[in-house]
Amino acid sequence: MSIAPVEIERPEVVETTASDRPWKVIVWNDPINLMSYVTFVLQKLFGYSKEKSHKLMLDVHLKGKAVVSEGQREKAELDVFRLHEHGLWATMEHDG
Amino acid sequence: MGSLFRRPIRPTRSGGYALNLSTDERAVLRSLAPQLRAALTDPDLPGLRRLFPPAYGEADADKQEEYARLMQDDLVERHGAALEVLERTAGANGLTADELDAWARALNHLRLAIGTRLDVTEHDDPGATDDVEHQLYHYLGYLQECVVEALSGED
Repeated sequence: MSIAPVEIERPEVVETTASDRPWKVIVWNDPINLMSYVTFVLQKLFGYSKEKSHKLMLDVHLKGKAVVSEGQREKAELDVFRLHEHGLWATMEHDG
Repeated sequence: MGSLFRRPIRPTRSGGYALNLSTDERAVLRSLAPQLRAALTDPDLPGLRRLFPPAYGEADADKQEEYARLMQDDLVERHGAALEVLERTAGANGLTADELDAWARALNHLRLAIGTRLDVTEHDDPGATDDVEHQLYHYLGYLQECVVEALSGED
């Protein structure tokens, strides 16, 4: 039995492209949503503690925005959809 | 509209919520919910922009287009479903937790639509304007606050 050299398919080294980096889901401040409601929604959707949700809400209110979750594109899109379902002003962008 | 000492929404022992609203309040909710639901058929109306925010920033315009194509109908459906629950249960004496959760969203949708029309700002003084639409806006905020308190289990 001869051992023929086996051609090994070498996986191409893929550069980490922008689309591989995690997406950040951002909630923006707006003058309509109630502070208590924003805290409630963050607790409900992400299972955050009352304290963490309250702090994120204050960041939104005082700093204008807060990153509320991170993940791959599909997960981030789902998070954004659920936030929109609750009337929060949410967008997603790349981790820079 | 609401007295300071009244509790419009109270948790009950069975895990639901008791609704203590006047006939007028119920009539307002029953009339507003289907009006907004009908308007949802055109999500591109400028007045509805806060109910359908973009998911992506301007740098990702192509992704936004794809996202809207895939998701906008679902969002219309979800908004409509919450408003439908509000309309259907506005006259009820009690609500389930799921129904009250839909109330929180539906009241928010109404406030987003009315607040956008009124162009409200962070520093609006509820006492400064007494036209009907501002009163309505502030009443809905009061009621939503009560709903959130009840859902958060705060007394």
